[in-house]
Amino acid sequence: MSNRIDSRLAELGGQGRCALIAFITAGDPAPELTVAAMHALVAAGADIIELGMPFSDPMADGPVIQRSSERALAKGMTLRKTLDALAEFRRSDSRTPVVLMGYLNPIEYMGMDAFAERASAAGADGVLLVDCPVEEIDTCGETLSGHGLRQIFLLSPTTSAQRTEQICAQGQGFLYYVSLKGITGAGSLATDEVAASLRALRARTRVPVAVGFGIKTAEQAAALANAADAVVIGSALVEQLAEASSAEQLAAMAGEVLAPLRRALDDVRDSRAA
Amino acid sequence: MSIESVSSLDPAVDAAAPEAPSLPDQRGHFGQFGGRFVSETLMAPLAELTDAYEQATADPAFWAEMEADRRDYVGRPSPIYHAQRLSAEIGGAQILLKREDLNHTGAHKINNTIGQALLAKRMGKTRIIAETGAGQHGVASATVAARLGLKCVVYMGAVDVQRQAINVFRMKLLGAEVVPVSSGSKTLKDALNEAMRDWVANVDDTFYIIGTVAGPHPYPKLVRDFNAIVGREAKAQMSERYGKLPDALVACVGGGSNAIGLFHPFIGDREVAIYGVEAAGKGLSSGRHAASLCAGKPGVLHGNRTYLLTNADGQVTETHSISAGLDYPGVGPEHAWLHETGRAKYVGVTDDEALAAFHKLSRCEGIIPALESAHAVAYGMQLAKTMRPDQQVLVNLSGRGDKDVHTVATLEGIEL
Repeated sequence: MSNRIDSRLAELGGQGRCALIAFITAGDPAPELTVAAMHALVAAGADIIELGMPFSDPMADGPVIQRSSERALAKGMTLRKTLDALAEFRRSDSRTPVVLMGYLNPIEYMGMDAFAERASAAGADGVLLVDCPVEEIDTCGETLSGHGLRQIFLLSPTTSAQRTEQICAQGQGFLYYVSLKGITGAGSLATDEVAASLRALRARTRVPVAVGFGIKTAEQAAALANAADAVVIGSALVEQLAEASSAEQLAAMAGEVLAPLRRALDDVRDSRAA
Repeated sequence: MSIESVSSLDPAVDAAAPEAPSLPDQRGHFGQFGGRFVSETLMAPLAELTDAYEQATADPAFWAEMEADRRDYVGRPSPIYHAQRLSAEIGGAQILLKREDLNHTGAHKINNTIGQALLAKRMGKTRIIAETGAGQHGVASATVAARLGLKCVVYMGAVDVQRQAINVFRMKLLGAEVVPVSSGSKTLKDALNEAMRDWVANVDDTFYIIGTVAGPHPYPKLVRDFNAIVGREAKAQMSERYGKLPDALVACVGGGSNAIGLFHPFIGDREVAIYGVEAAGKGLSSGRHAASLCAGKPGVLHGNRTYLLTNADGQVTETHSISAGLDYPGVGPEHAWLHETGRAKYVGVTDDEALAAFHKLSRCEGIIPALESAHAVAYGMQLAKTMRPDQQVLVNLSGRGDKDVHTVATLEGIEL
């Protein structure tokens, strides 16, 4: 089954470009602004959107994304409304791949089958279940792929060689390398070390590799662009967009955060071409 | 106690007993419950912990050190006390109390922290973190950290920090740093999230002492094994004194560590009825309670699949109980399994019923119970009434009530 994630990453890879993946939490800063925010990300240069499905207990997330989840839920965001927003986005954007990222519980309450069906119908291309490691996917993996959804797995600096192999073997869409031991948006990155790990990982898999958690600046993105197929920007973006109260502001702020990253990634491409 | 008799306390020996359940399986599952639902970064430290635990439990020296600590530091074994005046007043079965309130630090929580701290030491960790609701587990963690000279950080919901000022001060006296957590509902579940986040970032030198039989595998097993001393002692004490096992066991269930500690060694003894008592708060129909087995449904939280209290969207809801230690929206996966298989029955006791039992036991037996344990006492009395005087109900008196006197005074409009 053809899939927007696969084709977009193949296309960019063919051009020697590193993809820019932008994360926002659905419903933040307000449920009615989610669709506008998604368009703003695309306009500002995002190649793939990661749409966070808010959860009350986002255990793997740092304070910025926790608060975005809290704001979204406080304003009445639900999983159903998240999928509705995606469907609306798809009416005017049929090309940008969208990965739904979140925690298992809200999905299980909807029912894995119902979720997979609705997410696929709404136009999702992949699903990243933060709290569902390969060991626990047995049932939901088939359900998701049965609906053409790529299941995106995380790898971290602590992942053992044996599990890396297992995850690479099951990887679809792209593998998401967690660049630091910690939560989203945390700490400072040793980009040299991360780049070395990324190169080692890419040597072991045919699936594209994205890197995220803790990437804040264009310099960091540039330092990783040669070693990864995609760079994920989340907390730094969410923090900015939280202040927006209109589609215009969203567009301006998304541009402010993403444009330098976009430039940095494209410069790396140009230096490769040169 | 000699090494020979110590080894008979080893859970590995327990597991070999006829009919005793061998759960969880290798992957930490109790039927459909349990498991390891965490982000990738935690998978390696959990595997490391599982290996270290298996090695430790195979080492008689580990159990010997544990046994010495239990005896000399905790003050075990805890007695079984026949509450004769209370039993006579209720007029039914005899009510027996397993006196976990007499342990050092005043509750069963130390059984677990002693064990996990010994494990931390074996693993060469220098820093301990813990989450706490009412502060009992925080105090028990700070206590063992002080004793072993380990740095200790306790995460506590900002709301609980306000509610449990005395325990916060106790932890500080013991040298721990208490970090108020102001995310989410600012209570126990959020403290647990925050402790997990700390652990992810500091796995190299840090050991996370989870305070209940929840969390990702191997925690539900590990915490159970360390608390199962309660049930093993009770079994031996009952056989020795009465020549029979009790007819029923009763224990309160928040996350469920004191309850599983008492229940687990009896699971294979079919003649013993098992009752877990959840906090029904203002009543199960009020929506203001913490009874996840009585009123929730299966889901995934804090690394395991279990029964949860959530809204229709699967968002974990705020719970309520007069007792902070039971104020938790989930429950240990082994309880979910015991509930689903019908081996244990789970019931609810309201704030008012627990408060009445708190007073009753204080006035009738001279024992002020923790508000958590008062839930078990309340149901124990209800149950005893339906039974014959030659029968016995063993209630786990999991903690003492000193920590709750301010709460009770405030509820009754008394200024101390």
